[in-house]
Amino acid sequence: MHAFLAGLLFAVGLGLAGMTNPDTVQGFFDVFGTWNPQLALVMVGAIAVNLVAFPKILGRSRRAKAHVQGLPSQSRIDRRLVVGSALFGLGWGAVGVCPGPAIVSVGGGTTLAFVGAMMVGMWVHRRFFEGALS
Amino acid sequence: MTIVDLSLGTVLLTLVGGGCIGLAASYLLAAEGRMAGISGILAGALQPRPEGWRLRFLAGLVAGGFVLLLLSPQTVSTPLSMSLGGVVVAGLMVGFGTRMGGGCTSGHGVCGLPRFSLRSLVATLTFMAAATVSTSVVLHLL
Repeated sequence: MHAFLAGLLFAVGLGLAGMTNPDTVQGFFDVFGTWNPQLALVMVGAIAVNLVAFPKILGRSRRAKAHVQGLPSQSRIDRRLVVGSALFGLGWGAVGVCPGPAIVSVGGGTTLAFVGAMMVGMWVHRRFFEGALS
Repeated sequence: MTIVDLSLGTVLLTLVGGGCIGLAASYLLAAEGRMAGISGILAGALQPRPEGWRLRFLAGLVAGGFVLLLLSPQTVSTPLSMSLGGVVVAGLMVGFGTRMGGGCTSGHGVCGLPRFSLRSLVATLTFMAAATVSTSVVLHLL
């Protein structure tokens, strides 16, 4: 139930913050048009909460701490990180939705096709690239 | 075209919305011991016999979409402006790219930055810069 409620709260937060509107998101990247700083405010709000809460949670929950310590270390800044992030960013900026907002508004218009294509992209990476590159 | 509304109400609502996103991520970390990186959660859910918390989190996201549709339909009713072909290509890039780069806006941005992860900072700056390029091309050159 906890994970469901976390997903629900995450989705409502995205909606309140305007992040389920692709025009608002593209407005942040549209530096040659009418720039809309809303996305930066969303990040500030979200990061501010986590800056305070994460250390408290990691101090208390052994499971959370073990999970975080298992994440890729600070030093692993390689070509995959940069190339992958660049590909993601190009796709994100082109349509104005990243994975979260896409799943939240999956019922609307061509967003379903976006989510389907996203899953195919994930599958292609796992099937053809994961073993070869790691 | 983009309409920029920077009234005090919008600014506060945006900050509160961002705060909810942070709370949701902290809640998932506290309750399930996991990071709310959405692309990673989805990719894991596509594996054979996925862990239950992944499916429940994703179901919560979709349910949240329905809540928004009922309470504030304008928040989830703006269609994508690209053609279907363009949307599919962009979706493939987002799915493939987030797996290669190990995360998206939520995993690297919302969760990685407050952990002072240098890796997440590099990823975030890279995808933000790339998105600026593609948005500018789509809105001004195509």
